Amino acid sequence: MVRVEFLGPIQKDTINLEATTLNDVAEFLSKDTELKSWIENCAVAVNDTMVMDLNTALKDGDKVSLLPPVCGG
Amino acid sequence: MLELFEGPVPVEKTLARWYKEEDKSNYGAFIPFIGTIRDEDGIDGLSFDIYEPILNSWYEAWQKKAAEVGAILKMAHSKGDVPLHKSSYIAAVFSPKRRVALEMIDEFVEDFKASAPIWKYDLRDGKRIYAKDRSTAIKGSGLLSKVKDK
Repeated sequence: MVRVEFLGPIQKDTINLEATTLNDVAEFLSKDTELKSWIENCAVAVNDTMVMDLNTALKDGDKVSLLPPVCGG
Repeated sequence: MLELFEGPVPVEKTLARWYKEEDKSNYGAFIPFIGTIRDEDGIDGLSFDIYEPILNSWYEAWQKKAAEVGAILKMAHSKGDVPLHKSSYIAAVFSPKRRVALEMIDEFVEDFKASAPIWKYDLRDGKRIYAKDRSTAIKGSGLLSKVKDK
């Protein structure tokens, strides 16, 4: 299982799902209409490292984090 | 070192300590930046969420970049609520010569705004409202919307 966390203002509980690539996660989340507007603006990290490729391989226990637009300071 | 405070950053104490920490380090320039929460648009203050694991790695990468030019960075930020006219963010660069520090404080603060995993909320009537319009999508955002059908 892969754990998907929604950070900051996305009011959504963590999801656990079976996935072997980030594309599997994207496919699963695309069915969630509430998430649509967030997904378009979120950056993604796997195990706290930013990723840029949907082909990123995932294994059991991996953590995927969605980071919405930021504004520190 | 990255320092996080619950509530406002204690500006005077922190800047004085940073100065003291480096006053024998032979840096010719010390340039601090202090961000203060302004009274505007009827807000009562601001509030912040931070994702520390990625903030720490972002900061470490900047510290390495600074070290390449003989400089060091210091930074402090608030978590939770910060009232008007208090500071939620201070940063500083120490470098052997002023030019490096002047350029780095600009680049560092701008990248902080665009990349550091911190989320800002307006405080209004006891409510916490995400400052969506003032937020910036991190580089590479939208990746999951490019889903490929199998």
